[in-house]
Amino acid sequence: MKIMVAVKRVVDYAVKIRVKPDKSGVETQNVKMSMNPFCEIALEEALKIKESGLAKEVVAVSMGPSNCVDTLRTGLAMGADRAIHVEASRDLVPLTVAKLLKKLVEVENPGLLILGKQAIDDDCNQTGQMIAGLLGWPQGTFASKVVLDKEKQVATVDREVDGGLETLCLDLPAVITTDLRLNQPRYATLPNIMKAKSKPIKKITPEELNVDVKSDLEVVQVTEPPKRKAGVILSSVDELIDKLKNEAHVI
Amino acid sequence: MEKLRATSSLRRSLKSILNRQLSSISEIRYLNGKRSCQPTFSLIRDYKSLGEANAIRYRCFSSVSTVVQRNPSFSTLNSDDISYFKRLLGEKSVIQDEDRLETVNTDWMRKYKGSSKLLLQPRSTEEVAQILKYCNSRCLAVVPQGGNTGLVGGSVPVFDEVVVNLGSMNNIISFDKVSGILVCEAGCILENLISFLDNQGFIMPLDLGAKGSCQIGGNVSTNAGGLRLVRYGSLHGNVLGLEAVLANGDVLDMLGTLRKDNTGYDLKHLFIGSEGSLGIVTKVSILTPPKLSSVNIAFLACRDYSSCQKLLMEAKRKLGELLSAFEFLDIQAMDLVLNHLDGVRNPLPASMHNFYVLIETTGSDESYDREKLEAFLLSSMEGGLISDGVLAQDINQASSFWRIREGVPEALMKAGAVYKYDLSLPVEKMYDLVDDMRTRLGDLARVIGYGHLGDGNLHLNVSALQYDDKILEQIEPYVYEWTSKHRGSISAEHGLGLMKANKIYYSKSPETVKTMGSIKKLLDPNGILNPYKVLPHSLDS
Repeated sequence: MKIMVAVKRVVDYAVKIRVKPDKSGVETQNVKMSMNPFCEIALEEALKIKESGLAKEVVAVSMGPSNCVDTLRTGLAMGADRAIHVEASRDLVPLTVAKLLKKLVEVENPGLLILGKQAIDDDCNQTGQMIAGLLGWPQGTFASKVVLDKEKQVATVDREVDGGLETLCLDLPAVITTDLRLNQPRYATLPNIMKAKSKPIKKITPEELNVDVKSDLEVVQVTEPPKRKAGVILSSVDELIDKLKNEAHVI
Repeated sequence: MEKLRATSSLRRSLKSILNRQLSSISEIRYLNGKRSCQPTFSLIRDYKSLGEANAIRYRCFSSVSTVVQRNPSFSTLNSDDISYFKRLLGEKSVIQDEDRLETVNTDWMRKYKGSSKLLLQPRSTEEVAQILKYCNSRCLAVVPQGGNTGLVGGSVPVFDEVVVNLGSMNNIISFDKVSGILVCEAGCILENLISFLDNQGFIMPLDLGAKGSCQIGGNVSTNAGGLRLVRYGSLHGNVLGLEAVLANGDVLDMLGTLRKDNTGYDLKHLFIGSEGSLGIVTKVSILTPPKLSSVNIAFLACRDYSSCQKLLMEAKRKLGELLSAFEFLDIQAMDLVLNHLDGVRNPLPASMHNFYVLIETTGSDESYDREKLEAFLLSSMEGGLISDGVLAQDINQASSFWRIREGVPEALMKAGAVYKYDLSLPVEKMYDLVDDMRTRLGDLARVIGYGHLGDGNLHLNVSALQYDDKILEQIEPYVYEWTSKHRGSISAEHGLGLMKANKIYYSKSPETVKTMGSIKKLLDPNGILNPYKVLPHSLDS
């Protein structure tokens, strides 16, 4: 079986996000970019499945500008066998990504498609669900545990829902999106970084896949959350009661 | 090495013969709150022979033990003093509360404990000046205190000294985006400065584990080293100017922001690293380098110490301008971190290695830097210098690698009693000391070696379940003698404080120490500033 994993290049999780002065979006110039943490978890899960002998090949896919190759190299250094880069200069919305992925799935025929549950830049949480819908495959979203049964060709997925766990059984092929507690992604070791250099990254354009990347969504504006005011130290209980009554209006 | 037993009378007669070359005779230790004393070997360096033969003779004298005595010339606080300070600073900044005094009386390692009855929190240079002027006239001893993160007992009172904490002076005065010169008050916490500069696109030229509590005034006063020294150099280079208050309340305004200024003696250097014994630093101007966007961190394993050394040489050659940190820890340090800190995982879980090295590069071009680092690492791996390694793929991974290195002191604290030594040694000899100590101590305690390999700075730590005189006897003065023999420094970046005040002769000639004493006498004739520290106690008499 082949596993396809979608990985997204995003502003690093630890970078303080700055909004562009013209409010058109988030500043990405001169900012450290890394693999989306949920995508790292998705890739780790695919690699684990492969290491347990239940899959033969892991293919990493990324979409976007040419720098996405760096993210794919990271994926290859973690252990993916090969990579596909769909080169697109403009921003891609989840539906476009899902359409592109569908075309790639038709070419590659993976038995399992794993994605992060959401990207930490736009927080859309849509691509996995959309691609499952487009393909007509079963979906296990927010997976916190994945168990494959090769003979029955099913995947058992635990999902963290409000107040407990939900266990789903999916017929393969299926789409799984990963949650934070599924696993702890591995580091890229030097020998693997070395090996990754000779692994192939196939380039392909949306035109070649016959997908129109035009979006019918328009970002009106992006703004920062309001700044939190500094706290004050009060000198008496009376003052506190007064503030709670007259300023906070909670008592 | 020649060892002589000297009685106190013999010592007195020797003193005249040797023309004040004898070092001090006392050592105090505060272990688990108890104060004990023990004789220590004093050492004499004969520098006179240095010129011709380039040789140093060592002699040891076992000496009569004395406990450091409260200097009787210091006054004790009375109610008039308290009311003067209350008038000067206001009620809120004059603290006599037992609990709060407990915190300022105890050092970070809980090894040293004073019994100060008064904490003052001035908000301006003028207030500091008034405090010192008054204390000087009353002959009240003073301990300047910043974040109290020192490791040698320099920031806490020994007896009943008045603690002057600069924490309330925490304003950033100016920042020049063109030159990168930051002017701020001494009480600014290092981490706050780091995040302030981060927003401006700059970084502090120093970074250290204690950044969350330590203050810039304390950093400057102790000439703190830290993790970026290999790239940006010491504070003697980065501090462009400072303002300091002398013991008599005079304010020395040397708050220049010039990179070049050859007018007379550069006195600011006296206040960098003198541990508050010559004056209280109240403002600082620092040259800050621009923040470069591309930072890469590799965590590597090496088979033996000589591979670490060779790797350092190679890294300097091949990474050149990119290299911003080169740190190492041994397997014992790694083991401690993995066992005592939550949420730390071994980046190289396949097997344990004898040595771990953390290399950081900082540059301006992400893909170029990464390529250069990768090429360097791969060739070092092929050459056998590195046995395994990982390269951080995002900032989160990078911080988890740093967490291991920066977590060593914390892990040591959690592991029990710890004897800490901060030594500068020639890189090739550095780890021999750790091996020697392991042989000496055997099963008595664990010996841990880590530090700033790039700067030739070893942090030698001895970890045991509890403090034990038997262990200490095996360590001291052996460690100091060993260091002195190899022409190292017994305090690379931690300072002398109370712990090593009497050990200064291991690293400095008697003439040098004598000159230091004269400078101290000149700037602080009554000796009220941070007494019993930095300089040997024998100079006082």
